[in-house]
Amino acid sequence: MAQAYTKRRGPWARAWQRFRANRLGYWSLVVFTALFVASLLAEVLCNDKPLVVRYNGHWYAPLFQSLPETTFGGDFPTPTDFLDPFIREQLAQGDNFAVFPPNPFHYSTINYFSKVPNPAPPTADNWFGTDDRGRDLLARLLYGFRISVLFALAVTAVCAVAGILYGALQGFFAGWTDIGTERFSEIWNSMPTLYMLIIFSALFSPSTWLLIILLSAFGWMSIASYVRAEFLKNRTLDYVRAARALGQSRRKIIFRHILPNSLTPVITLIPFEMAGAIGALTSLDFLGLGVPPGTPSLGELLGQGKSNLDAWWISLATFSTLVVMLLLLILIGDALRDALDPRKAINGDAP
Amino acid sequence: MSLLTVSNLDIRFGARRVVDKASFSIAPGEKLALVGESGSGKSVTAMSILRLVESARLSGEIAFEGRDVLTMPPDELRGLRGSKIAMIFQEPMTALNPVMTVGDQIVEAIQLHKGLDRNAARQQAIEALKRVGVSEAERRVGSYPHQLSGGQRQRVMIAMALACEPKLLIADEPTTALDVTIRRQIIDLLDQLRHETGMAILIITHDLNLVRRFADRVAVMEHGVLVEQGTTAEVMNNPQHPYTRKLIDSRPQRAVGEASEGCVLEAQGVQVDYPVPRPGIRGWFSKGSFTAVQAMSFRLAPGETMGVIGESGSGKTSLALALLDLTPSSGDIFVSGNNWKSLGHQQKRDLRRRLQVVFQDPLSSLSPRLTIEQIVGEGLEIHEQQLTPAQRRERIIAALQDVGLSENGLIEPLLARYPHEFSGGQRQRIAIARALIVQPTVVVLDEPTSALDVTIQQQVLQLLAELQRKYGLSYVLVTHDIEVVRAMAHRVMVMKDSRVVESGPLERVLNAPESAYTRELLNAM
Repeated sequence: MAQAYTKRRGPWARAWQRFRANRLGYWSLVVFTALFVASLLAEVLCNDKPLVVRYNGHWYAPLFQSLPETTFGGDFPTPTDFLDPFIREQLAQGDNFAVFPPNPFHYSTINYFSKVPNPAPPTADNWFGTDDRGRDLLARLLYGFRISVLFALAVTAVCAVAGILYGALQGFFAGWTDIGTERFSEIWNSMPTLYMLIIFSALFSPSTWLLIILLSAFGWMSIASYVRAEFLKNRTLDYVRAARALGQSRRKIIFRHILPNSLTPVITLIPFEMAGAIGALTSLDFLGLGVPPGTPSLGELLGQGKSNLDAWWISLATFSTLVVMLLLLILIGDALRDALDPRKAINGDAP
Repeated sequence: MSLLTVSNLDIRFGARRVVDKASFSIAPGEKLALVGESGSGKSVTAMSILRLVESARLSGEIAFEGRDVLTMPPDELRGLRGSKIAMIFQEPMTALNPVMTVGDQIVEAIQLHKGLDRNAARQQAIEALKRVGVSEAERRVGSYPHQLSGGQRQRVMIAMALACEPKLLIADEPTTALDVTIRRQIIDLLDQLRHETGMAILIITHDLNLVRRFADRVAVMEHGVLVEQGTTAEVMNNPQHPYTRKLIDSRPQRAVGEASEGCVLEAQGVQVDYPVPRPGIRGWFSKGSFTAVQAMSFRLAPGETMGVIGESGSGKTSLALALLDLTPSSGDIFVSGNNWKSLGHQQKRDLRRRLQVVFQDPLSSLSPRLTIEQIVGEGLEIHEQQLTPAQRRERIIAALQDVGLSENGLIEPLLARYPHEFSGGQRQRIAIARALIVQPTVVVLDEPTSALDVTIQQQVLQLLAELQRKYGLSYVLVTHDIEVVRAMAHRVMVMKDSRVVESGPLERVLNAPESAYTRELLNAM
């Protein structure tokens, strides 16, 4: 019966089954997804604003509202600093209460009430310590993780789409189209990416979007070359010939017949491509050429760790975050490569 | 005393048992044929004699000269492999190391087992090549595998296997990858070498003609079980087991109707040239050209089958692709009176439904990530866009019914399946359904049964003949197998080295061949 069950599945479903059979890769995906979801919820987990406030019979949601200090009996119409001992006191009076996130610091919150000079080692307030400006390290790591992963996703998505299109056209039309476009991508590939990035970041004001565009512009070639090779191979297979004999249009042949059968290397490459993008962003931030100042970034934290060698908690926490993130991605990539290798049989699957 | 005795051999991969209690023996100097269809476990049985399949779990007993192979220590096993028992494989191109000269590979085998110095081993290698009939052995010893023809490569493989004078030679489908005329030579060579050296030969094959001509005894295997053993004459003339009878009866039967008058496909001076790169600097500026099909002409009547027969590289597949307008050609091809060359893009597209194709390998001819419904229905999407999804599905089911594909009498449950869930014969039926659903008048069959087992081959040929009678189809049947042509064709065209050496009605060509090559082909059977 198990045989009959596996037989009913399509190629992608069987690939997923093989993926799940790789325990390490499967759990890496679970952990990575959990971490990513947590980082997407960073505003709820790490924030200096309470989630809900009840003050003098009124409900407030400071996450979504801008509340001047006067709301809570302060003197100035400036945005409320909920970490201020005076405000805390006000919120603790009578029926008033406030529900704070588990870690009551935003990535930009400076802990003015720290008892030790910055960077401060881990304490009950700042679980991972603070950086050299007194900002909570855990909050900066969580937000930094989110930016890194979102950045990597964006770069990989652009690279994958561009690479697939370019490689597909190269491989499908072959001949002179292939020769011309292949020379172009060889020239493009031989540009020194890091220097180009340094030059561009000197020309334009730093922004995350600029980095996404630049890293994508230099990152699509590897995917294109794999797709090209797959297309060159698949275009001569009999099912493509049969489709041509039926009079199928080129567009349909590319997208319906060849592309789904050429995606295996692309999907396998995606986690590695993401790891590469994260590494590139981190190194640019480390050099100070990356995201604008103030943005929580792992590279910038590594830089701080380097300039404050005695503040071991900065380097250790950042380094561990990076190692775990890249390791998870690579394990996922390994499992994907196994899963998409049709020669690999799973239990009950015919070899 | 027998040389090799296999008793109660079980072979398992994980939980799957592929060979079940196989027992057979080979006497010194004997020729035993192990016969079965693909997946019957015959190759894995042979490989297990040398314990070459690492993932297999073996139980039972394999005794070679009284020593149990299954319990042998690794050192002794290595001594056995190559020196006392040698093996040759189906595909000599992949069995030879492409970056070593064939001489070096034979020398390596000799040095490994005989401990001779290089020069002496080289002399022996040349001797070995001469013995297997490689011409100019002194020069060939320095050749790389790709510089040799398929037949020569198989000779080199045999020379390598025989270099250490083994007592038993295991030949796993030694002729399947070779052309018919070469097959005969290799078999004769093996027979002659057996006479000279007195070794025993275990030949694994699905080809009953070969068994008849070559083997002393036959063992027939079905789904991992040895169902029948005996001398060749006994088994062939008086088969006991129903499966053996089925195998012997599976020679293609002729059941075709008469062709009508008229012309549905006409070729006038069709020639196919491929550009080939020139070596060196000249290749930058100009391309050479290789003629795959010399100018040739023919006419095909409704309901008629033209068999195009030839060996690999004779240009028969290029011709098929040219007829389909899938490869550039010169000359004129008229399909139902329309010349491909004079048509515009849209007209060409409309004409394509008149001329369909079925390829050799039913696995590569079906897109692995599309369902059967999508594959078979594709032609309707292109040529009959006015159909509603329900109508389309009806037509798909009708087409699958035509080709006799169903599960427990039902067709609907098959629609959502993928090609890998079907057997080779079923896949070929799907490929035929895809071609027929657009109601063509001519179908080009490019080796439609070569990748199938003999019993399935017969069924597919019967189906094709039946469909021809039912719909009045014309076939262009490209094949290397005379049996298939004999069963299906009305007219025959024999191709060799990209030219047509002979063509005419089937009976005339087969009974009174005019060219020497056709006679050679017929004799090779």
